[in-house]
Order: sequence, then structure tokens, then C-alpha cells
Amino acid sequence: MKHLKLTTFLVAAMLATGAAAQQDGGRLDLIVQPEPPGLMLGLVQNGPTQMVAGQIYEGLLRYNTDLEPQPSLAKSWEIAEDGMTYTFHLNEGVTWHDGTPFSAEDVVFTTKFLQDNHARFRAAFSHVESVDAPDANTVVINMKEPYGPFINAFEAGSMPIVPKHIYEGTDYATNEMNATPIGTGPYKFVEWSKGSYIHLTKNDDYYIDGLPHIEDLYYRVVPDAASRAVAFETGEVSVLPGGAVENWDVKRLTEMDGVCSTSKGWEFFAPHAWMWLNNREGPTADKRFRQAVMFALDREFVKDVVWNGFGTVPTGPVSSKTNFYTDDVPQYPHDPEKAKELLAEMNYDGTPVRVLPLPYGETWQRWAEAVKQNLEEVGIKVDIDSADVAGWNEKTASWDYDMAFTYLYQYGDPALGVARNYTADQIKKGSPWNNVEGYENPELDKMWAAAAIEPDNEKRQEMYTEIQQQIVEDVPVAWLLEIEFPTIYRCNIKNLITTGIGLNDGLRDAWIEQ
Amino acid sequence: MAIAGTILGRLLKAALTLLAIAVLNFFLIHAAPGDPAAVLAGEAGAADEQMIADLRAQFGLDKPLYVQLFTYVGNILTLDLGYSFRQGAPVLDLILERLPATLILTLTAFWISLLAGVALGVAASARVGKFTDSLITGTALLFYATPLYWAALMAVLVFSVQLGWLPGFGYETVGSGYGGFDRAIDILKHLILPALTLGLFFMAVYMRMTRASMLEVAQQDFVKTARAKGLAPATIRRRHILRNALLPVVTLAGLQAGQLVGGAVLTETVFAWPGIGRLMFESLAARDYNTILGVFLVSAAMVIIFNIITDIVYRLIDPRIGHKA
Repeated sequence: MKHLKLTTFLVAAMLATGAAAQQDGGRLDLIVQPEPPGLMLGLVQNGPTQMVAGQIYEGLLRYNTDLEPQPSLAKSWEIAEDGMTYTFHLNEGVTWHDGTPFSAEDVVFTTKFLQDNHARFRAAFSHVESVDAPDANTVVINMKEPYGPFINAFEAGSMPIVPKHIYEGTDYATNEMNATPIGTGPYKFVEWSKGSYIHLTKNDDYYIDGLPHIEDLYYRVVPDAASRAVAFETGEVSVLPGGAVENWDVKRLTEMDGVCSTSKGWEFFAPHAWMWLNNREGPTADKRFRQAVMFALDREFVKDVVWNGFGTVPTGPVSSKTNFYTDDVPQYPHDPEKAKELLAEMNYDGTPVRVLPLPYGETWQRWAEAVKQNLEEVGIKVDIDSADVAGWNEKTASWDYDMAFTYLYQYGDPALGVARNYTADQIKKGSPWNNVEGYENPELDKMWAAAAIEPDNEKRQEMYTEIQQQIVEDVPVAWLLEIEFPTIYRCNIKNLITTGIGLNDGLRDAWIEQ
Repeated sequence: MAIAGTILGRLLKAALTLLAIAVLNFFLIHAAPGDPAAVLAGEAGAADEQMIADLRAQFGLDKPLYVQLFTYVGNILTLDLGYSFRQGAPVLDLILERLPATLILTLTAFWISLLAGVALGVAASARVGKFTDSLITGTALLFYATPLYWAALMAVLVFSVQLGWLPGFGYETVGSGYGGFDRAIDILKHLILPALTLGLFFMAVYMRMTRASMLEVAQQDFVKTARAKGLAPATIRRRHILRNALLPVVTLAGLQAGQLVGGAVLTETVFAWPGIGRLMFESLAARDYNTILGVFLVSAAMVIIFNIITDIVYRLIDPRIGHKA
């Protein structure tokens, strides 16, 4: 592996360029949807929590839109040539929001805290042997084996650094401080009026001079999508995060004067939508049927009509926005005739399939209807089997479906966000975030495992190319769309999205032109 | 004394009814697919069996259902509504935090609809068959037939987006720093649109009922007697007709009052009103068992209390009712 010695990042110098134009002050109103269950990022990791708490808590690293690591709490880092040791040098003069100094001990404590509470962290850290703090500003992580994607596991949502002095020796889940989160981030928690808004304010003691710029943040809770659009129209909120309004409102809102939009800021997550096809039983257990489904679907139509042109039709399991993607795989253009041939070849007897839409709003309902129409055109009988969020979880986790919509984040590396849906060791009843379709391919399992710990990126690319080719041939799931969630905002808000996780840590650098 | 005794008896029965409702709710909510651990894990976008098992143990869901039921019933008998693990707060706190917003909204809507409905009903019956009557009846029919969410969205589009007169959503101006009287005015401005949209439907119902009831009572013999005695028409309408015509309206008002807690889910959602109806809906979607059972219990208690109040109001309007029993 190439020696990745990164010299100290001169953040201050970077910011000095163009600092003259940046204005301090102002208040920003954003939408948070739905209301987060809690703001303690170490305990709760759902999307809305990450968006708000990402201003309060910080990770060791951030990632730019090309998914390259950037300094955050760590100002520099080294990875040993054999990939067995990661050394992080922490920023000095960092304090928690209650004034307590931050140190390497907090990072060591965090690794223990998160192993009890954070499933994704637990998985990434299974490759770690030990974590040490040789001095107050240095953290050394020793690995059990080299693990290439590890460097992608340090952003605020994957590894939020939590305060040792508040949590050590307490019952984490019922700690009263969960209600008033204490982090090191650019904004401090002020007030949460349940059902109305969450108020954060500028951290005047932030360790990067001159940041943040904005005085107050208000995350507004507005449960109805049409009302959220109205809130933006009337100017009561100035930022609509991706997915806050239904897609058909996006065009109207972005055409208003002084309104900007961007699809950036989702590179790290790269949400990938597909239908799990039940590989265990029913017609979907037959590979020819699954291929027929792929040929029957008019995915371009859905992208253009249901998603109003946003997104990209995927070629397979890895998003084109993430590392180790290849388009050199079998192709499935919209070809109903081909689908009918495959169905005839397998003697499909007309058994109806149950399609389970995602209960996340109108767009997903329309999508399920489009799929139903496509499949019925080639002679597949479809029953749409709707459920609410809890019911959807129950049905997918207990494998009670034929085709089920879902979308998963990719987390910047196939080993972190893709493998979990296709390897046999991830077939686990009871959780909807693993190999729910029941795909088993022992040869590929070995390759996934080898690719994860392969230090040479060129060899990793070769392995992932082969994996993608084989999986796309087998069609364990029907890939539907690389989802794009445009962020809509007033153009006088500058620097809103600067990293691959977008709004989740974007307000550190944002400022408002008065 | 008779009234006090009756009320005491009613309260005893009410307590038993509540207990039965609580047990029934418990089984209903547990019959729905999914549980809070699965929802929390699902929302996190990643979960393993250990996490789900940990959450279930934390929520007490790993125990047999009858144990959970006994714990729950034991808790509510000591007036403990339990803890919401999802929101990290005691359920009673969550409910008390949300209750004022809902009561302000529903009580305003209740009085607007009751007072305006009865007034319009009386006015329409006084001019039966004339233009005023047709106008009032026609408008009421329109309100009656309009879906609530549509009326709400139209009101927001006209008065908030187009005219900019009233805020389109929310409970108060966020971060305004208003206090005292200024805050009250601010909340009042936010209250107008949701309270009106919520009140329109019942206003139409009260109006039609008052009108029909007034016309019916006006045909009865005692009204003819009053007229024959030479009483002024206004006095007859107020003291003889209205007083008797109000009884069915009170019945209906009692029903509406029972929904004051938790009956405004749709309005609260469209107007982002931080009330208990939304708490109920969101807790249901998240299978936050303790919270949802708490809200159900409080709503059921309110229905029973308002039933008792309705009975008392009956007796005040028509003293004969108590004596017959």
C-alpha cells in the first residue's frame, strides 16, 4: 500500500482565502423531517438525528465530495504501510460544550461506548485489535488485519465522538444528559420544543478561529409535505433538505426567484434503491424470473416521471458515485419481449407476486404502481401489499414478501455499504438491513471477504468488478435507482454543502449573505 | 345532593370503564405488526440482532405478554403512565407538554363552532324560507361537505401564501423572544386558521341541528300557549323554543367535546401544531407502546368526563330530566 503520510492540514490558511467576503451572524431556519427520536448521536443514528446532531457532535474525519478524508477532530493522520496501524493527531485546544477539555481519552472511551450502541460501528470495528491514547492528543488504532475501507468509517454519523466525562459509568440509555447533548461541534444545543423546533446556537469557543458564521439554527418540525413547501414559499424556512418535499414540488420551488438547489452532499451515502426479490420461494426464486423482472421494468420512465428526472439508473449493486464502481456488467434495458421469453422458458404459471412499497410518502406509492404496471404488461400478476413503517419492518425482517422496495446507503465503500446485502453470513431473520433477499453464493462470499482486507486498491477494483459482474447476472435484487435528493435553499446562503455528507456537517462552513 | 351522589356513582363506573379500556388498548396495540425496537433499528439504517435484542430487553419486550400486561396495569393503577424509551422521557411529561396546545386549538374550535352554529341556526329558523335562510343553509352545507385537509390547504394558500395576513403553520413565531401579552397575540394569530378549519364542520352540524330543532319545537302546544298569552316573540324564541331546542345540540356538543383531546390529528399535521393528536399518530407509527397507551387513556378519560358534564348540563337546561330518573 502506498504510504499515505498526510501532512498537517492548514485549515486556518485554507479559510483565510476568501474570508474577506464571508459575513458572520444571521439565523437559519431549516426543515427536519421527521422529528428525530433523540439527539444523542452515539445512541440514535437515524437520518434526522444525524442531520441535527451532526452540528453538535463531530467525528475524527470528514469526507469531501470525492470521498477523500479531511481533517475534523483529527488534524492529521498516518496509516502504516502494512495497513495495521492508524495514528490520529488531534486538534489542540478543543473543548466540549460544557467547557471540559477534549482529549484522546474521549476517543478511546467513544470506541467502547459505540460498540455497545452502534451496529454499523460495531461491524467496522470488528477488524480492530486495540485503541490506545499514548498522549492527550494522539490516538493509535491497531488492527487485527488490514482493512481498506476502514479510513471511511470516521465521519460524525459513523463514529461520533462522545464525552467520557458525562457517560463513563452511567446507564447510557437513561442518562439525563441525552436530553441536552454535549459535543465538540460548531453549534451548541439550546432548546427542543417537541413537535415544533430544535434550536442550536453558535459555539463561540469553537477551535477553528472564525467558524462557524451563523448565529442561530432552527430546525423546524413540519409533518406535512405540502406545508413544508408552503413554509419555504413564504420564506419561513430557507433550507429544504433532500426529501423534505414531494418530488413534484421540487421543480416549482426551484424556479422561484433567488432559489438555488444542488444534488451534492449525498456522495458518501449514495442512496441506492432496489426491490428485494425473495430468492427463497415463489416465482422470484427462479433466476430467469428475476431477470425477466429487470427486463420488464422501465426504469428510465420511473426516473423521469416519478422522480422528476432526478437520479441515475443503476447498472448493479455499487453506486456509480462511489469507489470501485464498474459499468462492465450484463445490461438490462427495458425489453418486455425478452422478459416474456424468459417467463415462457421457465413456464411461469401466473402465480401472483406481492409487492411491498416503502411507506415513505407519495413518491414511493406511485413507484410501486409503475412497477405493477410494467410487470403486468409482461404477464406477471401483482398485488400491492401496503404497510406502515413498523409493518414494513416486520414483513421484510421476517421475509414475508415477494418483492419489497428499499434503499440503502453505500457509505463510500462496497465493503461498508454494499456487501452486507449480498453475503450469506448476513442472512439474519429479524432485521431489515442485511441480506433480506436470501442470496447465497459461496464463491462470491470468499471474494467479498478477500476484497475487504486487500490493501492494494487496483486489486480491489479487479475483485469488485468480478463481483459486480456475477451479481448482476444473478439478479438477487432488482436495482431501481441511484436516488438523488436535491437540497433546495435560498441563494444567499453560501457554502451550505461542502462535504460528501452534505447538510449533516455543512453548517460549520455556511454563512448568510445579508 | 342527588347530583353529587349520581356523580360519585358515575365516577366509580368510569374508573372501571377506563381500566377495561386500558386492557383492551393494550391488546390492540400489541396485535399490530412490528414493535418499537424494530422501528428504531430500521430508522437507524443498520442493525444487527444484538442491537434489536438489547433494545427489546431495554423496553421490557422480551418478557411474556401477560407479564407486560400486569406491569402496565399495575403502573396505571398508581397513576404511572410509564416511560417512552423512544423519546427518552416519562409519558406523562410528554402528554402534559403537548396537551395545552391541543386544548387551546380544540376548545377554540369547539366554542367557535358551538356559538356560531347555534346563532346561525337560530337566525335561519327565524327567517325560514327566506334568502337569509337559504344563504346560511347553503354555506353550512358547503362546509359540511368540504374535506378538512382541503379546506386547510386552501385557507393556507389564500391567507398565508397569497395575502400574507396570517402564519400558515406552527404554534408561535419561533425564536421571537415574545413574552406575556405579545406572545398571547402571536399564538392567537397562529390559532386562527387551524381553529377555523377544525371548527367549520361542527359549526355546520350545529347550525342545521339548531335550525331543525327550533322549527320543530315552535310547532308544539306550549309555544302556542305562550303566544296566546301575548308574550313577546323574542322572549318566546329565547325562553321557550331555544331552551328546549338546545337539548339535541348539547348531546352532539358532548360528543365533540369528547374528542377535544386527540381528535385533531389532521389539523395538527397540516398546520404543524405541536399537539397531542400528532403525538398519538407519530407514537402509533413508531409503535411507542407506552406513549400511545398513555394518550389513549387520557383521551378515554376525557370522553368519560365530558359525558358526565353533558349530563349535568342537561339537568341545568331541563330540570325535569333528573327527577324522572
